[in-house]
Amino acid sequence: MSSDLFLVSNALIGIPAAAAIAVALEPAYRRSAIINLCASGATFLFALVLLVVEPESGGYLFVDDLNIVFIVLSTFIGFTTSVYSASYIDHEMETGRLTTRNVRFYHAMYQSLMCAMNLALLASNIGLMWVAVEVATLTTVLMVGMYRTPHALEAAWKYFILGSVGIALALFGTILIYMAAEPVLGQGYDAMVWTTLMSQAPQFNPRMLNVAFVFLMLGYGTKVGLAPMHAWLPDAHAEGPTPISAVLSGLLLNVALYAVLRFKMLLTANAAAITPGPLMITLGLASLIMAAFMLYRRGDIKRLFAYSSIEHMGIIAFAFGMGGPLANFAGLLHMTMHSLTKSAIFFSVGHIAQAKGTQKIADIRGLTQSHPALGWSLVVGVVAIIGLPPLGIFMSEFLVVSSTFARQPLLAIPLVFGLLLAFGALLLRLTGMAFGEPSRDQGEVKASMWPVYAHLSLVLLAGIYLPSHVVTWFQNVARLLG
Amino acid sequence: MELLTIDIAHVLAGALLLTSFMLLYQDRISGLINIYTLHAVILSLSVAWQAYYQDAPHLYFTACIAAVFKALIIPFSLRRIIKRLRIHRTVEVVGGVGITMLIGIFLVALSLVVMLPATASADPLSREDIAFALAIVLLGLLMMVTRRNAVSQIIGFMSLENGLVLAAAGANGMPLVVEISVAFSILIAFIVIGIFLFRIRERFDNVDLSELDRVRGGRS
Repeated sequence: MSSDLFLVSNALIGIPAAAAIAVALEPAYRRSAIINLCASGATFLFALVLLVVEPESGGYLFVDDLNIVFIVLSTFIGFTTSVYSASYIDHEMETGRLTTRNVRFYHAMYQSLMCAMNLALLASNIGLMWVAVEVATLTTVLMVGMYRTPHALEAAWKYFILGSVGIALALFGTILIYMAAEPVLGQGYDAMVWTTLMSQAPQFNPRMLNVAFVFLMLGYGTKVGLAPMHAWLPDAHAEGPTPISAVLSGLLLNVALYAVLRFKMLLTANAAAITPGPLMITLGLASLIMAAFMLYRRGDIKRLFAYSSIEHMGIIAFAFGMGGPLANFAGLLHMTMHSLTKSAIFFSVGHIAQAKGTQKIADIRGLTQSHPALGWSLVVGVVAIIGLPPLGIFMSEFLVVSSTFARQPLLAIPLVFGLLLAFGALLLRLTGMAFGEPSRDQGEVKASMWPVYAHLSLVLLAGIYLPSHVVTWFQNVARLLG
Repeated sequence: MELLTIDIAHVLAGALLLTSFMLLYQDRISGLINIYTLHAVILSLSVAWQAYYQDAPHLYFTACIAAVFKALIIPFSLRRIIKRLRIHRTVEVVGGVGITMLIGIFLVALSLVVMLPATASADPLSREDIAFALAIVLLGLLMMVTRRNAVSQIIGFMSLENGLVLAAAGANGMPLVVEISVAFSILIAFIVIGIFLFRIRERFDNVDLSELDRVRGGRS
């Protein structure tokens, strides 16, 4: 690994780690919010450097076209979320829902999470990646339970138990992959490193790989939030602080998905092993349709959008399961668009809940009149997430659907059915919340809206005109995914 | 000599599996903790034997973690917790012991059927160890499903995790085993501290998960 790249990739892990310690030692919450923001910003800038240097691998980290996409996306949302989180925390401190000690802890966990996610994305071996995903789970559990209400503790507990079972299954799969690789690559690190695994995959014992993939899919799939292992996701999104809901939906689900994709590539490289596609397609469709039905009966605004995240992760898993250059391209685009849109929605939802003093959908009415900026951001966000043109998700969903029609027309029926169901549910809820006579509220909130605007304008831009650089970049990655 | 070494490893792994069955039907919480201690001791012996057989000194460290952390610290703190929560005499209703045992036997058969053909080419030692380990993992899952009480669910999870450590130690020369077992120990420490915190905050009157279901009332 060249020294530039080595420096950059270590900075991506080192900056958040150092910042975590710094904020843990900093008692003043405003100053720690600023440190949080600066550290996330610096991490994002370093991630941008990855776009220009030549990807390669070495040491315990490696960089290739696939993980650059994930890293740039996750550091960007990590940065905007830290901007949003500063104003959110300000409000929570003023209303006394959080204490200085809570906030110190929260910021330290936020940076630890960033560090763990970057490590999971950059790790060059499957063991280290597993450890990083585990640490990321732990830090989010602690943040979800931060309000210490019975509901929050219940959510954290549920997330903890299901998440732990998930990563336990993933570890078993990881051990099996090692055992499959060991006869070919010999004992030691070589049998766990992505680059050597990929190059020697055709010689591995296919039956072993099959069993391993089932465990990995179920294990990391739990963290992706695929049905039927999704039970932790709505609670964790609803009860934790809203910046964490944004990070969970926008980033952590993607990190788990990244792990699944890597192992999928490994299996695809071995001709004798099962094709991982159908398994992903099944889980994806199940998540999409289950979540679409669940959307109709939600009474809590954060839960509503949590189910919508399950729905979209289902679509993404479906697209990657279909495979091939077009579907993979659509999957990547959809993942990017979903992360940006969903975190923007959660940003506005967090301020809406603060302004209205409730998360109950029934008590939120007439937002566009009482809080125009927040209300219209929510409208645009929801219009984007249900896949209306001209926003980016329309384009990615269109690509998913059309590539399915071209190759497996029968599968397109449940896909379109799920999409339409979700479309109806969200539109129904949106009209109630955004329009009509405004409901009682707590007055203005000091909201920092620019993270929302930034995300939504990127989504709009992608819907109208996708720069050719991005297209070729995503096409390369799609080809890599096979 | 080679055969004897392998036999000893299998005896230890088999003992671990039997102890998992004991966990399944034990209905007294203090009894569960005792059996879990036994589970951890057997695990540490098993890992130590692997360390000797594979000549891998780092595995001795994993064995030490199992012995000190899982067989001493965790049972000790769990005992204190159940005393604080006043559930140390509780007899838990374990629905249908016979059926649970039958499912358990089925799961063991399943893991043998799945793993043995898949690992046909592997080293005979790790081959059967990994089948045992999968059985222990599945039994741990079964225990988590059948129990209502949070402490017993955690014991189920910890027995599951012991199965994973057995698998990791059995995979010839697998690196990062120590790191993984440390990461898991941290996870378990957090779970145990978690139950403890629930109590200190006095949010729940007990840690029976049916209580958590009550909290859910009125939400969708």
